[in-house]
Amino acid sequence: MFELLAATPALPLDEAGKYVAGAYIVFVVLLVVYVGIMAAKLQRIERELRELAGFAESRANGEKAAAEPPEKVGA
Amino acid sequence: MYGKGLRPLSIATVAMLTLSLSLVFFYAPLDADQGFIQKIFYIHVPLAITALIGFVVGGVFAILHLRSGDSRWDAYSYVSIHMSVIFGVAVLITGGIWAKASWGHWWVWDEPTLVSFLIVFLLYATYYPFRYAIEDRDRQARYASVFAIAAGAFVPLNFMAVRMAESLVHPRTFGTANGGLPGEMMLTFLCCLTAIALLWVTLVKFELTAKSASGQVKRLRRALDAPAPGASSRIAPEVS
Repeated sequence: MFELLAATPALPLDEAGKYVAGAYIVFVVLLVVYVGIMAAKLQRIERELRELAGFAESRANGEKAAAEPPEKVGA
Repeated sequence: MYGKGLRPLSIATVAMLTLSLSLVFFYAPLDADQGFIQKIFYIHVPLAITALIGFVVGGVFAILHLRSGDSRWDAYSYVSIHMSVIFGVAVLITGGIWAKASWGHWWVWDEPTLVSFLIVFLLYATYYPFRYAIEDRDRQARYASVFAIAAGAFVPLNFMAVRMAESLVHPRTFGTANGGLPGEMMLTFLCCLTAIALLWVTLVKFELTAKSASGQVKRLRRALDAPAPGASSRIAPEVS
């Protein structure tokens, strides 16, 4: 292993740049993928909330209509 | 509840990450031995330290959960471990890239630092199947907490064992009393560590907020699903 290390001196900038860029890009890609997954989850929560709000409104309207006295015919 | 302070925390994280990257590429000097490739150090080591501390933090939250029985601590523990596993993936990939550039190999099996991190990572990778194999919510939380405490205690023990072992190729970052780093490099490293730690905290809070919102929606659905007087229709089944 020490022979291996001795035989591998510092890489020139053009060679090393690819590896450094690769490492930082991996970090950014992981971050973007994570944020993308979280965005999809939040979209689902928003859709469910919209559905629940619609249901609550329709139920409230139904209760209100049931509570009102029926209109007299010909009044 | 969990989202409180998320916006200033996010702004601080983005500012700190920007500052850190600027320091890495425009301020920190080139390493005399490794040259430009050493810049990977500023992302790889803070990610590793944050991931390992995150695992321990997950264990501390698990202790709080077992002591109080409050499911909030179980959520904290789960999300801490989840985030640290994601950071662990980044550590393994960035470490592999650095190893390939520096040593000519993606992985060195006789290196205790690398293998020990892999063991810790794989240990925590089993947390998910272990947790979700249990259906009952209370038992699931309790068993997961016991796992998180045992695994969390293993992390510092493992770290100390590795420090005592003879390293073949992996450098000891803080091998000397002053850390073995010149001032500019140390400043840059500390900024990077702060930025990555802030990112971890922000993402943990973000995940907890999303989980809390999802839980609230489920509660609302259950409440609305209860039959109301005069209402005949029932709400559609939960979207999984």
